[in-house]
Amino acid sequence: MSINATPTGADVAAEETRQPAAVPKQRGGRRKPPLSENKKAERRLGLLLCAPAALVMIAVTAYPIIYSVWLSLQRFDLRFPDQREFIGLENYVTVLTNEFWWTAFGVTMLITVVTVAVELVLGMGLAIIMHRTIIGRGLVRTSALIPYGIVTVVAAFSWRYAWTPGTGYLADLFSDGAPLTERASSLAIIMLAEIWKTTPFMALLLMAGLALVPEDLLKAASTDGATAWQKFTKVMLPVMKPAILVALLFRTLDAFRVFDNIFVLTAGGNETSSVSMLAYNNLIRGLNLGIGSTMSVLIFITVAIIAFVFVKLFGTAAPGSDDGERR
Amino acid sequence: MADIVLDKVSKSFPDGTVAVQDVDLEIADGEFVILVGPSGCGKSTTLNMIAGLEDISSGELRIAGQRVNDKAPRDRDIAMVFQSYALYPNMTVRENMAFPLRLAKLDKETIDRKVDEAAKVLELTSLLDRKPANLSGGQRQRVAMGRAIVRQPKAFLMDEPLSNLDAKLRVQMRTVVSRLQKQLGTTTVYVTHDQTEAMTLGDRVVIMRGGAVQQVGPPQELYDHPKNLFVAGFIGSPSMNFLHAAVQDGELHTALGTVPIGDRVRRELEAADAPRELILGIRPEHFEDAELVDDDTRRRGMEFEAPVDIVESMGSDKYVYFTVEGEKASAAELEELAADAGATDFAGAGGNLVTRLSAESPVAEGQTRRVWFNLEKIHLFDPANGRNLTLHEGRAAGALAD
Ligand SMILES: Nc1ncnc2c1ncn2[C@@H]1O[C@H](COP(=O)(O)OP(=O)(O)O)[C@@H](O)[C@H]1O
Ligand SMILES: [Mg+2]
Repeated sequence: MSINATPTGADVAAEETRQPAAVPKQRGGRRKPPLSENKKAERRLGLLLCAPAALVMIAVTAYPIIYSVWLSLQRFDLRFPDQREFIGLENYVTVLTNEFWWTAFGVTMLITVVTVAVELVLGMGLAIIMHRTIIGRGLVRTSALIPYGIVTVVAAFSWRYAWTPGTGYLADLFSDGAPLTERASSLAIIMLAEIWKTTPFMALLLMAGLALVPEDLLKAASTDGATAWQKFTKVMLPVMKPAILVALLFRTLDAFRVFDNIFVLTAGGNETSSVSMLAYNNLIRGLNLGIGSTMSVLIFITVAIIAFVFVKLFGTAAPGSDDGERR
Repeated sequence: MADIVLDKVSKSFPDGTVAVQDVDLEIADGEFVILVGPSGCGKSTTLNMIAGLEDISSGELRIAGQRVNDKAPRDRDIAMVFQSYALYPNMTVRENMAFPLRLAKLDKETIDRKVDEAAKVLELTSLLDRKPANLSGGQRQRVAMGRAIVRQPKAFLMDEPLSNLDAKLRVQMRTVVSRLQKQLGTTTVYVTHDQTEAMTLGDRVVIMRGGAVQQVGPPQELYDHPKNLFVAGFIGSPSMNFLHAAVQDGELHTALGTVPIGDRVRRELEAADAPRELILGIRPEHFEDAELVDDDTRRRGMEFEAPVDIVESMGSDKYVYFTVEGEKASAAELEELAADAGATDFAGAGGNLVTRLSAESPVAEGQTRRVWFNLEKIHLFDPANGRNLTLHEGRAAGALAD
């Protein structure tokens, strides 16, 4: 390179010396100066204003959660109410050593992983299309969102009829048997219904992320010599990472609790039950409050773990922070 | 390195907006050209077309003699710097600067060497491992520059690169850009809406208005010999004063008195369709306190008396604002300029006259002062089309020329 060091120096360097203080300042938010009276009053008002909402939240979420934990520690079958007693963690041992639970858990995991992965890819494609369309933008966006606007149960029924031999167009088209009576094809159809239904939601979340990518950044990448694919992978994806993680979090939590499609399409037959389906069967159909609650608590714990992992990932996701673990 | 030629280049957007119209421009190899004009006049669009970020609707663009209309940006070997800096937020300074080199598939050692060299030039060495979020505006701007120069491209395109900096830093960075360009000798097209930047930076300045080029030339030429009202009003700070002038019996009646005209302008005004009303333009530095003018100079101009409104002493000289009576100059160009300048320094067509007098002038606010102005430096414009009537073969000759 034919560049020599210039004496651009003094003036620019002077600016530099003013700056570095800004960096360490951001950290160590621990040592706060004592609050002034004014600040304290403001904080008290803030808490008061939050209080009603917080109380409602506690009433509608904390109470049921605690109650199901309490139920899960008891032998409590409504068919044999006399045998109700406190048995500690025995229900958990029963459930966690039961093969139905693990089959259902496996099915749920499979559905979660496959649907979320496929939805991410399709949703990204759809988001880019919706983002880039200029002509008929409203129409494109609206039509892309139609599946999400249809009630899940209604959609599930139309899938069921479509796949029923004799009445359904899809069944006649793709198979000679009854696809909803075999495990593999049932699972595939359940996943298809899930993906069809929630890809638009994914696309919507990702489109919000796309809007975060500055146009100039893509232009810069173009002039820097990037191909369309390189722009996507090296510029858009990193900038969108937080939005992608939010979308994945929402969808993973949703997918893990999959219920309606299975309920309508197979009713859990041929080992296609999800954990939610199993919990429902024990709790509502079997009237076994102890076992059913145990399953609910286990589902709750799994969902909490998933959420926790994602939130951990968010910390490292914020692009442009020097210290990777900003929160 | 290369020359850039725009041959009747136009751009119309799908919604019908014509952003750029028939722009002809030849930029020599190594030249530093400034595109300047008010917001929305098509500067960015022109630059984007050169970069390949916007398609060219009609006309031809040649870089180094080669038609590049249909080439992708990555095949044009051009580096661009943006007002927003456009740094990749997920990459460190080093990675940002290395990005174009990595895409060009250079080996790691070469990349490191080039990045280190560029970082040294721009004094970024100590910042190489930081992320853009932790840099100041000026530092980000230098990283953006660094990313452009590491590649040694055929040309630099800069779209208002300093507009996001505060005033002081902007002045400092101006010299950085200027030195860098001279040292590298790379063809540069620089877009700005700031006429001061345009005047101080480039070899040549292109003034645009509404998608069309108004005038191209070295800064001093644009200042001294503006082709039209728009150029005259855009270049210069404080801007040129504009006064209404009625043509009557071979003389001009203005708020400053009756201005005589020479044969050349008279001939222009004798044409059948000649305007009966003109706009007289005169720059602040062509006024002087009448007491301080020697007789020889006095003969080349005329004098008037007006009440002093405000005196701003700059030390080296004084800006004195006078209130003048009379009809205001009005033309589409003046309105546009006033709108673009907003509240800033376009005193232009108001009832105010801005003059720059010697520091020795004892002028004080509130008094009425006798002021001389130079008739040889007067410009006369046709309000209908903005044309400078005093311009002859590209030279402005004042009102008295024969
Ligand atoms: N994508 C676009 N679609 C339609 N009109 C546009 C588009 N981009 C710019 N324009 C219009 O083109 C004109 C020139 O814009 P631009 O080149 O950005 O101006 P400048 O950079 O000089 O401020 C403006 O009137 C702007 O509104
Ligand atoms: Mg612009």
